[in-house]
Amino acid sequence: MVDNILTLSGVKTNIAQYHILQGVDLEVPRGEVTMLLGRNGVGKTTTLRTIIGHWRAHEGSVMFDGEDITQMPTPAIARLGVGFVPEDMGIFSDLTVQENMTLAAVSGPIDSARLDWLFSVFPALGTFWAKDAGTLSGGQKQMLSIARAMVEERKLYLIDEPTKGLAPAIISTMARALRDLKNQGASILLVEQNFSVAKALGDSANVMEDGRMSWSGTMAQLAADLELQERLMGLSMESH
Amino acid sequence: MSVAPDHSPTMARLTLSERLSVYAPVLLIIAIIILGFLAIPSNSSWLTLTVSGLAMGMMIFIIASGMTLVFGLMDVINFGHGAFVSVGAFVGVSLILALQHLSGSPSLAMNLVALFIAIIGAMGATAVMGWAFEKVIVKPVYGHHLKQILVTMGGLIVVEQLIIVFWGPEEIYLMRPAALQGSITFLGAALEKYRLVAVAIGLIVFLGMRYVLRRTKIGLIVRAGVENGEMVEALGYRLRIVFIGVFLAGSALAGLGGVLWGLYQEVVTAHIGNDTMILVFIVVIIGGLGSVEGCFIGALMVGLLQNYVAFLEPKVALISNIGLMVAILMWRPMGMIPVVKAK
Amino acid sequence: MLNTILSGDLPRSKVLAAMLVAILVCLALAPFIFPGVRSVDTAARICIFIVLVASYDLLLGYGGIVSFAHTMFFGMGAYGVALSSKHMGAGFDALAIGAASGALLAALLALVIGLFSLRVRAIFFAMITLAVASAVAVLVSQLSGITGGEDGLSFKIPRALGPAFKFADIELFGVKMNGKLLKYYLVFFSCLILFLLMLRIVHSPFGRVLLAIRENDFRAEAIGYRVVHYRVAATCLSAAIAALAGALYAIWLRYVGPDTTLSMELMIDILLMVVIGGMGTMYGAVIGATIFVLAQNYLQNLLNVAGQAVADVPLLPQLLNADRWLLWLGVLFILSIYFFPTGIVGRLRKGN
Repeated sequence: MVDNILTLSGVKTNIAQYHILQGVDLEVPRGEVTMLLGRNGVGKTTTLRTIIGHWRAHEGSVMFDGEDITQMPTPAIARLGVGFVPEDMGIFSDLTVQENMTLAAVSGPIDSARLDWLFSVFPALGTFWAKDAGTLSGGQKQMLSIARAMVEERKLYLIDEPTKGLAPAIISTMARALRDLKNQGASILLVEQNFSVAKALGDSANVMEDGRMSWSGTMAQLAADLELQERLMGLSMESH
Repeated sequence: MSVAPDHSPTMARLTLSERLSVYAPVLLIIAIIILGFLAIPSNSSWLTLTVSGLAMGMMIFIIASGMTLVFGLMDVINFGHGAFVSVGAFVGVSLILALQHLSGSPSLAMNLVALFIAIIGAMGATAVMGWAFEKVIVKPVYGHHLKQILVTMGGLIVVEQLIIVFWGPEEIYLMRPAALQGSITFLGAALEKYRLVAVAIGLIVFLGMRYVLRRTKIGLIVRAGVENGEMVEALGYRLRIVFIGVFLAGSALAGLGGVLWGLYQEVVTAHIGNDTMILVFIVVIIGGLGSVEGCFIGALMVGLLQNYVAFLEPKVALISNIGLMVAILMWRPMGMIPVVKAK
Repeated sequence: MLNTILSGDLPRSKVLAAMLVAILVCLALAPFIFPGVRSVDTAARICIFIVLVASYDLLLGYGGIVSFAHTMFFGMGAYGVALSSKHMGAGFDALAIGAASGALLAALLALVIGLFSLRVRAIFFAMITLAVASAVAVLVSQLSGITGGEDGLSFKIPRALGPAFKFADIELFGVKMNGKLLKYYLVFFSCLILFLLMLRIVHSPFGRVLLAIRENDFRAEAIGYRVVHYRVAATCLSAAIAALAGALYAIWLRYVGPDTTLSMELMIDILLMVVIGGMGTMYGAVIGATIFVLAQNYLQNLLNVAGQAVADVPLLPQLLNADRWLLWLGVLFILSIYFFPTGIVGRLRKGN
């Protein structure tokens, strides 16, 4: 039996009167990178937001590391060891880069060895350490957003489109960072539109359609089958 | 709702005009002081008025700061904030009257002890009241501005009436502590001692608040929460607890403001809070809802303008502040220091 | 026919319909059913407050905007009539010019305030109106040369509206056919017309857009309605009608002063009436104003009696003092917002 760190079964989430998630089943195996793919608007972001507790599932269950977190408040979920990088990055622009990082170190001062590692992964971080985060470029903000989630060790990282709108050079930095993270044994649930990044990082893949999972399997399987990609995700992959 | 202007991603150096616009609010205070200097014929009157303007501004700031933070953090608009001012004033004034042997004694130290006890008592009472107010009045109407405005206004009415029940309908006149009466002469200008004390307390509160907001983790959480509360929660902080703390602190500060204001007026009525709210609203609007710095600058501007104009043309003093508000909103529709909101 | 007059907004509840009919009949025949200076005065106040509260409902219940300047607009109409009558002498022309200019000024000021505050965020409006209204109230009491200050202004109205004027030398059911009677019916019919006009407005396409905005301003904006324009327009309309109600009030009292038109207490009364009656229903204004004015006139005595009954108990007498009327209203107000946000009318319709 596979050891899953996160399991969603039959999760339904409504936002106002709209049924966004209509029964999502998802398994995130421990120590792997699980890709969550699909066209725009199928419910990928809502899935992540339901896991972290920004939206409440009104049906189904979310199990994290043996605990039912379906009705748990967001801060409690985060403290169980879930790091979250939202689609809009969630940077505090009024705070400096340093303050953003300090705030993310929930349990105390930032561990200096870990900070050194983060500086080596994202060299730009050190350069802008004292600047207001609001003055950073889009790519720098994205790096800060991921570094911030990584500032303390988490069991699971939920990362929403980290390469969206970034230049190719920054995308490769980002991909390297995520691989580093994975090599440390972290589990990652990654929403990604860039198929080459998905292919390079993903272990397993889940494709969503209309608020449900339409396909699940290994990333290698999906990568090898062009027809399947076409059918599941249309052209959205290539255009990104 | 309008979206905050996007930050420019370039790291180019700020141009002169951009840098000027950052400091423009501070420059405006200086401009008002200079205009006052030019308009008021006597230099010593100008100095007297400037000090009273600053004192008034500081008191308004102390009252308004909690309100603006509460709004910034949880999007809660508390029209009942004035209730804390009233209760603070009554508790503080009652304590000062009860401590006649301390407050009436000619020794400055004794007077300051009396003032200190009054302030602590008032802040304690309003903090407890803030806690209850948050639980009973505010919590049930989170996320609903219209109901918030109505319910908190209702809370204000009830508290004002309860004050009358407990303290009676008549206004209470009081003397300031003996050593804080009268004024000192500086450069030919008479500066009321009490106003100097008010300025000092205001500065201490502002600097203390800045320290907490800039240098402590709680401060980081509050500042981050003002911009994006959801993300703060996703990091693992319980914003609700932080918010209650801020609400308590804001209520206690309003209580402090109430004591200071009561002593400043030397008379307290149940409406004292609501009367200050007019200036408080103007201040938080022109400062930028949610911004402590904006609130500070706005309060000083309002205090100064009110005093200068009251000297030159008493009848238009209150209208002049409305004019100031209109002018600032024409210049920056979201207030002088608009708060960046993620959503 | 009835459907047309009511703009298609039937009461949709038998109890409510019965209450409305009873109120209408009582107000229409008040001088005959309840002769006596005090009762006719109460009836006139009810008529005027129905219009005032309904005009506030237009803003709060339909526009979703909280204003604290409604008494200011009310006062502008009242002072308009008083000033014009003072300067032009008693006459219907003075009344008309005063009322019209008061309404126009109110609409203009509402336009300016609306453009400044509603453009940015709706809550600014509540704060700015509170600040402006308080400043105006202070200004009015300071400019005593023009406004009579705290004492207010008494003025003469046309002789045809006074008790000395008899238009028929008969008595009907013991009531003299004099100018006072004419004045009551001037107030009554003006209020009826204004109320029906507002009913028409909220059921016009304009009113429907307002409701859509109140439900979801983002969506209304997305569909293509300029939310700000609609809200500002509602503000102006509401202000103008409040001013007309103020003009009627001044005519009725032949007096205007800060306490009767501008005070914060009056503003709170309006809030209570609209919330207790039922926001966003128009009929709520009728129910709320009637109950409130009656209670204010008669319940305060009851409170006094209760206060005397417990005179020996500590604190209770102070709590039940008739001057603490506002305390209980405040509590009632908070409770109604929590538990009956739709007010009496909403309750009655739901029970149906």
